Amino acid sequence: MTHMRCNRTVAAIAVAAATAVAVAACSSGSSGGGTNNSSSGGKVTLTWWHNGNTQPLEGTWQQVANAYHAANPKVSFSIDPIQNEQFQTKMPLALKSANPPDIFQQWGGGNEATQLPSGKLENLGPYVSSWISELGSAAAGWQVNGQQYGVPYDQHVVGFWYRKDLFAKAGISSPPTTVAQLESDDTKLKAHGVAPIAIGSKDKWPDAFWWEYFAVRECSTSDLQQAVKSVKFSAPCFTKATSDLTAFMKTSPFQTAFLSTAAQTGAGSSAGMVANGQAAMELQGDWETTVIPALTSNKNIVAELGWFPFPSVPGGQGTPSTVLGGGDGFSCTTVAPEPACADFLKYVDSTPVQEKLVTQADVGLPANHSAEAVLSNPALKTAAQAHDSASYVATYFDIALPTNTGLALDAAIANFFAGKGSNQAIINSVSSSSGH
Amino acid sequence: MARTESAGMVAGPDIVSGPATTAGQPPRRRGLRKRIELTVLLAPPLLLFTGFVIVPIVFAAWYSLYNWSGYGPLSDFVGLQNYRGVLSGPVFQQSLLHNVIIAVLTLVIQLPISIGLALLLNRRMRGRSFLRLAVFTPYVLSEATTAVMWLLLLQPGNFVDALLKAAGLGSLVHQWLASTSLVLYTLFVVITWKFIGFGIVLLLAGLQGVPAELREAAAIDGATPWQATRRVTLPLLGPTIRIWIFLSVIGSLQLFDVVWIMTAGGPANASSTMVTYLIFNGVQRTEFGYGAAVSVVLFVISFVFALAYQQFVLRRDTTGAVTRAVG
Repeated sequence: MTHMRCNRTVAAIAVAAATAVAVAACSSGSSGGGTNNSSSGGKVTLTWWHNGNTQPLEGTWQQVANAYHAANPKVSFSIDPIQNEQFQTKMPLALKSANPPDIFQQWGGGNEATQLPSGKLENLGPYVSSWISELGSAAAGWQVNGQQYGVPYDQHVVGFWYRKDLFAKAGISSPPTTVAQLESDDTKLKAHGVAPIAIGSKDKWPDAFWWEYFAVRECSTSDLQQAVKSVKFSAPCFTKATSDLTAFMKTSPFQTAFLSTAAQTGAGSSAGMVANGQAAMELQGDWETTVIPALTSNKNIVAELGWFPFPSVPGGQGTPSTVLGGGDGFSCTTVAPEPACADFLKYVDSTPVQEKLVTQADVGLPANHSAEAVLSNPALKTAAQAHDSASYVATYFDIALPTNTGLALDAAIANFFAGKGSNQAIINSVSSSSGH
Repeated sequence: MARTESAGMVAGPDIVSGPATTAGQPPRRRGLRKRIELTVLLAPPLLLFTGFVIVPIVFAAWYSLYNWSGYGPLSDFVGLQNYRGVLSGPVFQQSLLHNVIIAVLTLVIQLPISIGLALLLNRRMRGRSFLRLAVFTPYVLSEATTAVMWLLLLQPGNFVDALLKAAGLGSLVHQWLASTSLVLYTLFVVITWKFIGFGIVLLLAGLQGVPAELREAAAIDGATPWQATRRVTLPLLGPTIRIWIFLSVIGSLQLFDVVWIMTAGGPANASSTMVTYLIFNGVQRTEFGYGAAVSVVLFVISFVFALAYQQFVLRRDTTGAVTRAVG
């Protein structure tokens, strides 16, 4: 549970106390505030809000901080592990206050752009320019208007996770590379009594992956970039994506009652169905390897999984190697002591720390490619290769777009899955100013 | 029942500072003492009420006039635009309708069941304490627990489906939470399961205030048990029923926890309520100005209902009490 996607379902319970959270955020100012003013004799304390509130990530971050402090005795840490969804309500209040945290969880894209008007996000450009290129194109997801307001520490890629044993039973020798093949494989799997594809429609964002991937296959890279930049999905390829999705859904590829299925909570979730062999595959992020083992008693489950990229669609303008993805990162606030804060982020992205994050905290794919050597799972390696060789990594649209329009898009696509939407409603959800 | 309670509440302070306790003191000191007492007793609750109820309401009303993401200053004043968006939004209207449907179903279905069970459990019979405990148990569970439990029971092919099949009712198996036409009613059943115990306990308490002599007198006069219930017991249960209706309608308007955990308002808003709409559009989408407008609309709807209900329905239960206490 180390990233936004994983924890979104937990919102169900977390948001139940939304107002309480707001109150808590107000009261936490004293403990969570920036403490650059406390620096004396060059000593500084970095207040750090991250979403690793469960093990193993919580302990790993603590070790990372301890190691950094040991090497830089003048820099100490005050760490607040915060439940993922609480950032939604805590950050607006924190960035309004005079003492926000020095470092905080940052998903980049539209989320970061939404926070920018607070005036509290430090432009890290001058501090990171010497090394940020080591991360390759990944760092671009944490830029707004060409300025680096955040830095990723891991990356994610969305693709198909499938059960090799179930594919073999159904007589499928190699994963599909076209949507037509995927459809015929679905038929074979159905004949063997398993749901071909599991989907967690209750959470909305798994639905969005499908529409977004059809768009990624139909649209040219420039169309995709332009759409996110202008917050307009008016290019014809997006309408084609909806048509593709409509045709695909007519083949009934998903499990029974998929509209009420959660993505990651419990054995009945879409990940749980794959874990327990009730469904053969799922379109999900690389975090699937950390989610699935908790949902089954099969200790060997991760080894039984394979990965393949989203298949191509006939006549699509998208570069076949383009993938949908995202990642997790951190921002420094303007009250943070520099260069300590930026230097710490550099440390987080250094190869030894990145390797630790991969092997010990299961964060997925490291932001720094040099740490990929320690990936042990073959399927995850396949996913990492697809990510690295991608000509373009399209950030999940709900993160790439400003938060309000991104979530309106998710909702419009989810409505479409429930048979209550339309192509026009999807296109309009981001174009109209409100989308309510 | 409600009458006596109200009388006590209203009369309380008067009795404390009444002539009996202050006899012999000069009027000025008596006035001072009364003021000190009022200050000491009323200041803390007033302070809390102001800080945690009045001030947030004022802030919400203020924020609702701005297009505000929660970040940066309140600079984009949009007047009543957020309210226009809320009130004309099809999803909000749908959500409001769902709240109203739940409220109506509560009155039409939960109330008769509660009264029936309360009358039943008020009789002398073997195992009465156990049955009372059994119907009240679901109310003790938290809403989150209830929701998670029913979520599991209602999974396709799980307990509920298996039970129906075992009973030979396999044709009744449905997609309880995935069907857009069924989901709201599924949730209503869960809510009923959860809250019916509360209604029953409230009504049982009310029934203790109905003197047995009245029913006996009615029986002597030749009334059938049904007539005695209809003409004697139910009218005397009136104040309790009216309070129950008040609490149920307010609860229905503010329905959230169970819905959010079980369906998050979906699929396709088929089970959304005003509060799930508020959380999605205000908090998750970080449109705090818009969310504030939704909260103000929700507050106004609840407040108007509460005032109207007090004025036109509860008045007869409380008016007499107030006049007696003051007079």
